[in-house]
Amino acid sequence: MLSVLVFLPLVAAAALLVPWVDDRLARVAFVAVTSLEVALAGLAWARYETPADGTLALSQQARWIPGVGSSYHVGVDGLSLPLVVMTTLVFLACAIFALREQRRARLQAALFLFLESVSLGLFVSADLILFFVFFDLSIVAMYFSISGWGHGQAARSALKFFLYTFLGSLALLLGFVGLYVASDPHTFDMVELSTNPPLQGQGFAGGLVLAALLLGLAVKTPTFPFHTWLPPAHSDAPAIGSAVLAGVLLKMGTYGFVRIAMPMLPDAWRAWAPVVIVIGIVSVLWGALVAYAQTDLKRMIAYTSVNHMGYVVVAVGAAGVLADGADEARRVAVTGAVTQMVSHGLLTAALFLLAGSMFERTGSYALDEYGGLAGTAPRYATLFTVAAFGSLGLPALSGFIAEFQIFAGSIATVPVTAVAVLGILITAALFLRALQQMFTGPTAGLSVGFADVTPREWTPVALLLATSVLIGVLPRPLLDLIEPAAATLADLVGR
Amino acid sequence: MLDLMLVALVVWPAAVGSLLLLAGGVADRIAGWVGVGSAGLLAVVAFLVAFPVGSRPSVSTPFMAGAELGLGVDGLAALVLPTVAAVSALVLLGAIGVPELRTARFHGLMLLFVAAALMTVLATSLATLLLSWEVMGATSFALIGYHWRDRESVSSGTTAFLTTRAADLGLYVAAGAALAGGAGLGLSSLPDASDGWRDVVAVGLVVAALGKAAQLPFSFWLSRAMAGPSPVSALLHSAAMVAMGGYLLLRVAPTLAATGWADTAAAWAGAATAVLLGLVALAQSDLKQLLAASTAAQLGFVVLAAGLGASAAGGTHLVAHAAVKAGLFLAAGIWLEALGTKRLAALTGAARIWPVVGACSAAALLSLAGLPPLALWASKDGVLAAAAEQSPALYLAGLLGAALSAAYAGKALVVLTRPLPANAQSAWDEERQGTREVPTSAWLPLLPLAAGAIVLGGLALPPLAVRVRELVGGAGPEPGAVELLASALIAATVLAVTAVLVVRGAAGRQTHWPRALTDWLFLESFSHRVVVRPVERLAQRCAHLDDAVLDRIVESTASGTARLTRGAVLVEDRVVDGSVDAVAAGIRRLGGLARRPQTGQLHQYYLQALAVLAGVLVVLVLVR
Repeated sequence: MLSVLVFLPLVAAAALLVPWVDDRLARVAFVAVTSLEVALAGLAWARYETPADGTLALSQQARWIPGVGSSYHVGVDGLSLPLVVMTTLVFLACAIFALREQRRARLQAALFLFLESVSLGLFVSADLILFFVFFDLSIVAMYFSISGWGHGQAARSALKFFLYTFLGSLALLLGFVGLYVASDPHTFDMVELSTNPPLQGQGFAGGLVLAALLLGLAVKTPTFPFHTWLPPAHSDAPAIGSAVLAGVLLKMGTYGFVRIAMPMLPDAWRAWAPVVIVIGIVSVLWGALVAYAQTDLKRMIAYTSVNHMGYVVVAVGAAGVLADGADEARRVAVTGAVTQMVSHGLLTAALFLLAGSMFERTGSYALDEYGGLAGTAPRYATLFTVAAFGSLGLPALSGFIAEFQIFAGSIATVPVTAVAVLGILITAALFLRALQQMFTGPTAGLSVGFADVTPREWTPVALLLATSVLIGVLPRPLLDLIEPAAATLADLVGR
Repeated sequence: MLDLMLVALVVWPAAVGSLLLLAGGVADRIAGWVGVGSAGLLAVVAFLVAFPVGSRPSVSTPFMAGAELGLGVDGLAALVLPTVAAVSALVLLGAIGVPELRTARFHGLMLLFVAAALMTVLATSLATLLLSWEVMGATSFALIGYHWRDRESVSSGTTAFLTTRAADLGLYVAAGAALAGGAGLGLSSLPDASDGWRDVVAVGLVVAALGKAAQLPFSFWLSRAMAGPSPVSALLHSAAMVAMGGYLLLRVAPTLAATGWADTAAAWAGAATAVLLGLVALAQSDLKQLLAASTAAQLGFVVLAAGLGASAAGGTHLVAHAAVKAGLFLAAGIWLEALGTKRLAALTGAARIWPVVGACSAAALLSLAGLPPLALWASKDGVLAAAAEQSPALYLAGLLGAALSAAYAGKALVVLTRPLPANAQSAWDEERQGTREVPTSAWLPLLPLAAGAIVLGGLALPPLAVRVRELVGGAGPEPGAVELLASALIAATVLAVTAVLVVRGAAGRQTHWPRALTDWLFLESFSHRVVVRPVERLAQRCAHLDDAVLDRIVESTASGTARLTRGAVLVEDRVVDGSVDAVAAGIRRLGGLARRPQTGQLHQYYLQALAVLAGVLVVLVLVR
């Protein structure tokens, strides 16, 4: 079932490559396939049962490269299934948004279906080589999206994005090879490596392999100081490209922390947890401060992504610090980290789609060129306000559920992480300032003649925001899914 | 059944408010009555839930981080719950008469606020409390900035939100500390946390409560919040949201007492606010600003009570103050609508124009002054009695605060109830064009509120005080006859002196108050200079570093790599390829050299053969 989920968009993409398919059919097919994917993901959730320790649910395995101990192995657990569902929702939102795409719609639909396949494949893969293949293919697909459909300095930003994250992925590969070489028998299988972590007790070697993995994942997440590829990539990417980049691709980095680094290198993770926590705190504060100084809307949202992913890094770092009676807190921190991944995906994708609507009308992201937009575009103002408040962690939206658990869990384990709460204050200030600048006051500048959002534009955003509100008000279904896996992970790190 | 009603208290206004907000302009016509109707219903349900026939209801459901989302009614909540619900209904009724507020957006936001406020009153765990606390702050922002075309209003809303948000960080830290302290996140189990962690929890709770209640040093946001419409000031910024700050401290008073120092700190913070903000109130020339400073000062008494552990006295003062202040803000709103100004001097004699409004305001102001036998006199004495028992210094500070409240209430009372001056009309319409009329829906709510301002003091006096103490718990003696008499005398004296001074001042000599007092102790400019601007400068520096250094390093790595490849190409061409060429050239030269002996001269060939023979002979000899 997972294989169908992963490869259906790929088949559809291949079908769309046939030149006789016209653009209108391609756009509709894009929406249809992504809707089907959402249904399939929902079906997977319905059929999901918490797997036993050391196994994955709905798993499938087939021979692939037996010579290096690599197989086609897929499966989900409480950490990856929420991300799978979130990914399908984000891609559906993008498909609806792209219904009016005029530039080479057929090719763009094919590209994004390919990207959906690759993203879902990464989240369900249980083999390191498979993971790496999907990881790199996602970078390639996003490169084409930015350079082919972007604006501004698209070619340059796309190249920078590609080279930087690709270099990171090479470091990641180095780490994977290290894990392979150290394991006995040699294997790339994630389940086996988690059950028998290869470098237990070998401080130096474990540290080196962890460093390679952390470098690769830190570039993708992105954490400070490897984040400078993100703002230009977002600035110059098309709306749906930004939404997927922020909503899905960034999660591949943080997912790597919880799926690969923590369970497979518990000793090294515990030893280096303080470094991870420091990187996380710096990302939180740096991201928030630099976002505050931005005058370009997309760059501002890009830096808030650095801030939000910083919370995840703080939480997973804190989960690696063992202390008496801190088990409950560590589990809460990991649950918060995964919830934040889902929440950030939904909210930031919504924000970038809204920024895209703005660009389509005026061609400018500069905040000071707008004013009093609430008068000319009230629906747009409402959606943006809800998304902004969700992003700053207002309760009744998913961000609060995530951030509360992250703070409660991290502060209880490592008190110094309390510094990171300043991040939610700075984020509140920057979003309120942006809202104040763009929407209130007299209608001026580019706000004049700004048409309100059409159904094609507000439907996907409303879909994402409604999901976020649902999680914020009724978090139990999602948390019931994540908590067992988070507890297992916290125990694995403690070995 | 009661459990269902308990849940409905929160879910019903939240649902109706959200629907109104989503419906938007379409629902404008019915929004007012939907709002008032819902709030009225809530008030009835609140009374039923607070004083049930059987045991009090309580519900909870698993939420997150091992904490429950819980609602429950205990003694303190039973006192405050009907108050908040009743005041909400009355304020929403008063808002019907203001045309620009008859929108779905206004009533939707107010209902959402009411849902959050009731949830705060009923919260039994830190997670629930933080949830409703933050939603209150967000609705407050949206309501202060209701007239979004006015940049000043929106900026005021932002200031209010960010200031309270900064204080709310304390609740997040407290949650983490509570989890670490092993006591879980339930509010009643917080005193059981382990020592060090309990101190952190206490600090977090106190900071958050002081911020929300506009106590020092956070008081300036309340001044800015007056930019919002008057019903917003009446509900949020007098009776409900700021009162929740005091309420939180009353509820967690056992935790504060358990730390040994947090209760003293809170008590002194409350006392200091009561005195200093009393002075600020006295210096204000704008009626709403005076009332705002007075709110902060009166809540100082509630915080003082919480610090002293006198929960019953604090709760009674909270309830009485809600009735008094809501009525006064609604009256200020009525005069603003009708006369177009809220400057106190311009409102001279306004109380005499519409008798009902004037009488209700006078009653509320007399109560605020602490004149017996009105509400705030009795409840304030309840707090002062507790202070007298524990700390003479706090008692004196409290008395000073009481005297100051008599002064500023007296100032407002005398100015408003004086005969209308001949040139009154020229001072009107400063801010907007007044309507010169007061609709029934505007003055109707003032009646029950004025009644409350007169009568609610009974809760702090002997026959009922015992019952309230049993209900709410907490310590503290009842006010004795001596104390009651003393405070009555002080209030009456100060009131008389103020009346004389005001009359004399109106005759010509104006008092010039120091800027420190009129400017709310320079708190806002201080926070700008010490917090806001440094952060902005830091943000600019970090952004600059990000572009000029971090990104430059990355870019220079790329250009460096390009230079490296060009260098490698040079090496490739000159050295590697060059050496291959050199070898080829060398061999060509050798070939050239090898042709040299072929001169065609026979004698040279003989010489060459001889040389070779000689060489061979030498080699043979040597090898032998």
